[in-house]
Amino acid sequence: MRASQTSAPGRSEALFEQLLRIGDNALILGHRLSEWVGHAPALEEELATANVALDLIGQARNWLAYAGEVEGRGRDEDALAFHRDVLDFHNVLLVEQPNGHYGDTIARQFLFDAFHFLQLEALAAGRDARIAELAAKSVKEVGYHLRRSGEWVVRLGDGTELSHERIQHAIDDAWIFVDELFTADAVDRAVQEAGVGPDPASLRPPWEARVQAVLTEAGLERPREGPVRTGGKQGTHSEHLGYLLAEMQFLPRAYPDARW
Amino acid sequence: MPAGNAQPQRRPDPRRIAAWLESVTDPEIPVLTITDLGILRDVQVHGDRVEVVITPTYSGCPAMRTIEQSILAELARHGIDDVRVRNQLSPAWTTDWLTPQGRRKLREYGIAPPAEATADKKALARGVAVVRCPQCGSTRTTCLSEFGSTACKALYRCDECLEPFDYFKCL
Repeated sequence: MRASQTSAPGRSEALFEQLLRIGDNALILGHRLSEWVGHAPALEEELATANVALDLIGQARNWLAYAGEVEGRGRDEDALAFHRDVLDFHNVLLVEQPNGHYGDTIARQFLFDAFHFLQLEALAAGRDARIAELAAKSVKEVGYHLRRSGEWVVRLGDGTELSHERIQHAIDDAWIFVDELFTADAVDRAVQEAGVGPDPASLRPPWEARVQAVLTEAGLERPREGPVRTGGKQGTHSEHLGYLLAEMQFLPRAYPDARW
Repeated sequence: MPAGNAQPQRRPDPRRIAAWLESVTDPEIPVLTITDLGILRDVQVHGDRVEVVITPTYSGCPAMRTIEQSILAELARHGIDDVRVRNQLSPAWTTDWLTPQGRRKLREYGIAPPAEATADKKALARGVAVVRCPQCGSTRTTCLSEFGSTACKALYRCDECLEPFDYFKCL
């Protein structure tokens, strides 16, 4: 094993990577949601999905702009979004999963929103003024995302026999990616020691409480512990991310000087 | 023309500049000025340079660039070219900054203004706000979707006059 993988990352190195993780989560989920435009099951849902995507991509822009400044190599938010390849993305596996049917999209969204909201609350109380400011701005938007996705889980879970069955399966399927949200590595620890970000594990109890409350109201079962997939934060992704990037990055890569 | 008649080089007055900027409107809700919305946070004069501080309503608000261009154009009309528009995120914009005039204009335009004084945690509690129909004034209204034609609005329907309408969400 190389020394760089065993030694703890430096302060600004860890900060850079943490900012990529937060920004990439927002960027990749935002792009996924934008794939519903033109295909959503109802006009209202299409508008809502596109608006959530817009919030997330706006947030990603702020996070990645700051990441570029911390890195100090002249990369701006566009360079980071459009000129990195799969292995250099640090989003969690959950957000890159395909949209599936609308219940799959809602399950993915709800499980992530509940985490995202708590993560941003903690970041807003952290010691890095810029991160605190971006988190305080984003958390107000994510509060709306969480309210909406939670209401959909209840509506589908408490709906027809078919919708109940489908949302339960969707939550069961997505659960394999939940552990990664709360698993800390050297980067998380370095950021936590600097007082900038939370220990991800500390977010799990309030997350469980919030998720359980919605599942109970929806008449759904919390999935039992089973196999777990992790690795996205460190750059080991599912095959889905490459296809997403191919579409998202095509234009700026094919026409590097494109302006609009 | 005698040389003395050239435009005198005077330091621009921040309050006068702010007054000029009251003609800059939001491209998505054109009845509202950036002052009505609370987007215009500050005008500072440093020597000959003017700094205009604005804040986005939502992180992904696509109108910010247009608003910046409108500010530059408006000040250029008044002969001020050395302008920097700075985007400030903190403190985060809140619907509490909508002016009373802004709320009235929204209602007249057919958009229900934000119902509560402050959003924060209350936005997470479900089904709290009573939203009044901007057309007929009825409080018998139903939320059709948390998100309407823009990120800052939700889509409602009046159960009295049956008209759909936009509701400017609390944030």
